[in-house]
Amino acid sequence: MKYNHILIRYSELALKGKNRTDFEKKLTENIRRSLVQFPQVKVIRSFGRMFVELNGADEKAVSDRLQDVFGIHSFSPALKIELDQEKIDDGALWAMKDALPDQEGTFKVTVKRPNKSYPRRSQELNYHIGSHILRNTDRLTVDVHQPDVEVKVEIREEAAYIMCKTLLGAGGLPVRTAGKVLLMLSGGIDSPVAGYLALKRGVELEAVHFHSPPFTNERAKQKVVDLTKVLTRYGGTIRLHIVPFTEAQKEIHQKVPDKYEMTVMRRFMLRIAEGVAFNNNALAIVNGESLGQVASQTLDSMHTINEVTNMPVLRPLVTMDKLEVIEVARKIGTYDLSILPFEDCCTIFLPPQTKTKPNKEKANHYEKELAINRLVQAAVEQVETLTIRAGTNVDKEIADLL
Amino acid sequence: MIYFDNSATTRPYKEVIDTYTKVSLEFFGNPSSLHPLGKAAERLLQQAREVAASLLGVKTKEVVFTSGGTEGNNLAIKGTAMQHRGRGKHIITTNVEHASTKETFRQLEGEGFEVTYLEVDSDGVVSVDQVKAALTKETILVSVIHVNNETGSIQPVTEIGGLLRQYPKIVFHVDHVQGIGKVPLHFAASNIDLCSISGHKFHGLKGNGILYVRDGIRLYPLLTGGSQERGSRAGTENVAGVAAMVKALRMSKERSAQAIKKMAEINSWLERKCLEIPGVVVNSPNPRAPHILNLSVPGIKPEVIVQALAEHEIYISTKSACASKHAEPSHVLLSMGFSSDRASSAIRLSFTYDNTMEEAEAFVEAFASVVASLKKVVNKQ
Repeated sequence: MKYNHILIRYSELALKGKNRTDFEKKLTENIRRSLVQFPQVKVIRSFGRMFVELNGADEKAVSDRLQDVFGIHSFSPALKIELDQEKIDDGALWAMKDALPDQEGTFKVTVKRPNKSYPRRSQELNYHIGSHILRNTDRLTVDVHQPDVEVKVEIREEAAYIMCKTLLGAGGLPVRTAGKVLLMLSGGIDSPVAGYLALKRGVELEAVHFHSPPFTNERAKQKVVDLTKVLTRYGGTIRLHIVPFTEAQKEIHQKVPDKYEMTVMRRFMLRIAEGVAFNNNALAIVNGESLGQVASQTLDSMHTINEVTNMPVLRPLVTMDKLEVIEVARKIGTYDLSILPFEDCCTIFLPPQTKTKPNKEKANHYEKELAINRLVQAAVEQVETLTIRAGTNVDKEIADLL
Repeated sequence: MIYFDNSATTRPYKEVIDTYTKVSLEFFGNPSSLHPLGKAAERLLQQAREVAASLLGVKTKEVVFTSGGTEGNNLAIKGTAMQHRGRGKHIITTNVEHASTKETFRQLEGEGFEVTYLEVDSDGVVSVDQVKAALTKETILVSVIHVNNETGSIQPVTEIGGLLRQYPKIVFHVDHVQGIGKVPLHFAASNIDLCSISGHKFHGLKGNGILYVRDGIRLYPLLTGGSQERGSRAGTENVAGVAAMVKALRMSKERSAQAIKKMAEINSWLERKCLEIPGVVVNSPNPRAPHILNLSVPGIKPEVIVQALAEHEIYISTKSACASKHAEPSHVLLSMGFSSDRASSAIRLSFTYDNTMEEAEAFVEAFASVVASLKKVVNKQ
C-alpha cells in the first residue's frame, strides 16, 4: 500500500473574495509547473479543494517539491480507498504505521461522514477503526486530547480518504498574482533571499545583475545565473538582465572622490535598474538591503541613494539580522553558491574609506562631473537578457556528454 | 566471446569512450584555472557532480570523486578512523570483506585500532543482532560490504543502518562496489554515511569512482594538497574520467530495472543447469545478487577450468580478481563453512546487462565438456 493522493490546503486565499478563482487557477498552474518532473501526476481542483493525484509517483519526492510552492498552507498525503469497511480498516492501519514507523506513541481516529448513505455512523467508525489499529499493533495507545498522530478518515460519495500527517507548506501567495518586480541580484548572500521573500508575496520576478568585465570574471556571472536557477524553484522561469557596467564604473572611479564613490555607484545602479524595470513593465525594484549592516545600508546612505528614483524600492530584509538572512539562504539552497569567492562588482572598486553618512547635496555635486543620462542609457540599452528556466541545471552541450 | 567476468571489470560502453575522448580534447583546462578554459572544465565537473548526485539520489555536495573502489574504501575507513581516533578506537566489520577493506583494517590494527570481524552464517551474511552485540562505547565505525564480490551474498545493510540510527555518533560505511546498478540501495533510507562505488564495474573506465560522504560527515584526507573535492581529496580532477563515469552511471541506471530481472533469470537458469553437471556444486546462497554465481568443482583446480574455458573464448574468474593470484582457499567460502577442498576450487561467473540466455546456454555446454574431460584426466580414466 502507498499514498495515492495529496490534499492541498491554501494559505491566505480564503480571504481573497472575488479574486479567489484567479488565485486558485494560478496556484494550480504553479503546482503543475513545479511537478513537471512527474509526468504521471495530476493536479485537480474541485469544490474548494485541491488534490494531487500521484498515479504511482513517489509521495515523498512530490511532497518535497510542494513544500517550495508559495500559496500552499499545508498538505496531507491521503489514501483514497473504495467504500469497503475492511479496506478502510487496513488503509487506516497502514497509514498509522507509515506515520509512526516505530509503532510507539499515541493516536486518535477522527471520522467525518459527509456521505450519509454509508451504513455506519462516525462515532461507531471512530471506535471500530481505532480498535482495528490497537489490535494490530503492540505499543500504540489512544489519546484523544494530544495524540502524536491523528488518523483522519473522510467518508465521501466517491470514496474514503485517509490522512495521518500534515506537512507545512511555504505559505504566502501564489507567484505571479501580484505584478512584476525587478530584483537587484549581486551574487552575495542577501539579494537571493530578498528575491525569495518577494516571491513569497506573489510577485513575478525578473532580476538585474551588474557585470564589469574584466574587473569581474565570468565565474561571478555564472554564479548569478546559478543563483537565479535556484530561485526558479520557487518562481518559475526568471529573466535575468545582465548590465554592462564597466564604462560607468570606470568613469565614476575617475571623477568622484573616494569616499563618495560607492554612494554614487549605487545611485547609478538604481537609475539603471529603474530603466530596466521600466522597459520590462516591472512596478517595483527589490534589493537585499538591511538596515545598518554596511556602509551603503545606513539610513543616511539609503536616503541619499533612493533620491534618484520614484519607483518603489522594496527591501524584504530591512529588519532582518544577518544570521536570520543566512538561515533562510541555507534553507532555500542559495547559501553555498553565494559564499563562492568570486569578485562581484560591489567589492572590486571598493575604496579604502567610504562615507557612512553621505548626504544628497554632496552626491549631487559630485555627479555634476558625470554624463549621467548617457551612461545610464548606454547601460540600459546594452543589457543582455538571459531566460533562466526551472528544471535541470545542466548545459545542453554538457548534457550530451553526460 | 562470452564474457562472464563482469565483477572483475566491465567493458566500457562506446558512448563512454566517446565522452572520454571529447572531454579530454575539448575540456582539457584545469578546473582550478581562472581563464575560460578552466571555467569550462570546472563547469563540466560541477554539472557531472550534479547529474551523479541526482542519479544516486543524494545532494551534490555529498559526491566526492575518487580513483575507484579501493580509494573510496581507504578514504572512508582511514579517513573516519583518523578523524575520530580521539573518541574511540573500535571498528566493526565482517569477515567477508573485499581486500581493499580487509587490508585497510589490518593496517589500522597495526596502528592500535581494535577491529571486530563479525562471522557470517552459511549464507554469507551477518545479522543486525550480531552488529548490535558488538557495539561498544568505543565504536566509531561500522563498515560492511553490500554485495559480496565472490558469492553475491547481500548483507542486511538497510537493517544495520536502521539499528545505527540510534547511535548517531557511529559512522556507517558501505562498500557498494558490487551492488551499484545490480542491487538497488537507497543511501539515505539506509542511514548510510559513506558509500563507495567504482566506475569500471558499470561500464565506465578504470581509475574513477565516487565516495558518497553524507552532508556533515568529516573525513581526515588521505591525499593533501589543493582544495579539490572540498578538501577531502587533493589533486587535479580527472575531468574526462569523471564525465565518462557519470555517462556510464546514467546509462546503467536507465537500464537497470529491466536488466536486473534478466540477469536474475540467467543466473537461476545457470544454477539449475550447472547442478545437473556431475561434480559441480553451487556455493552462492539464495537469495543473492542477480549478477554473481559461485560454483565449485571439488577436486579440480579452478585455474585449470578458467584456462580450459578460455580456449572456448569464455572468460570467468576464480574467486575475486583482486585475490585470484594467491593459491589459497577463498576466505569468504571458508567463513561460510565450506570445506577447504570446496573453498579452494571455486569459480565465479559474473554478468552484466548485455549478457544473454544464448551465452548462458553456450557456457553450460562448454562447461559440461570441460568438467567431464578434466575429470577423466584427474581420475586417470
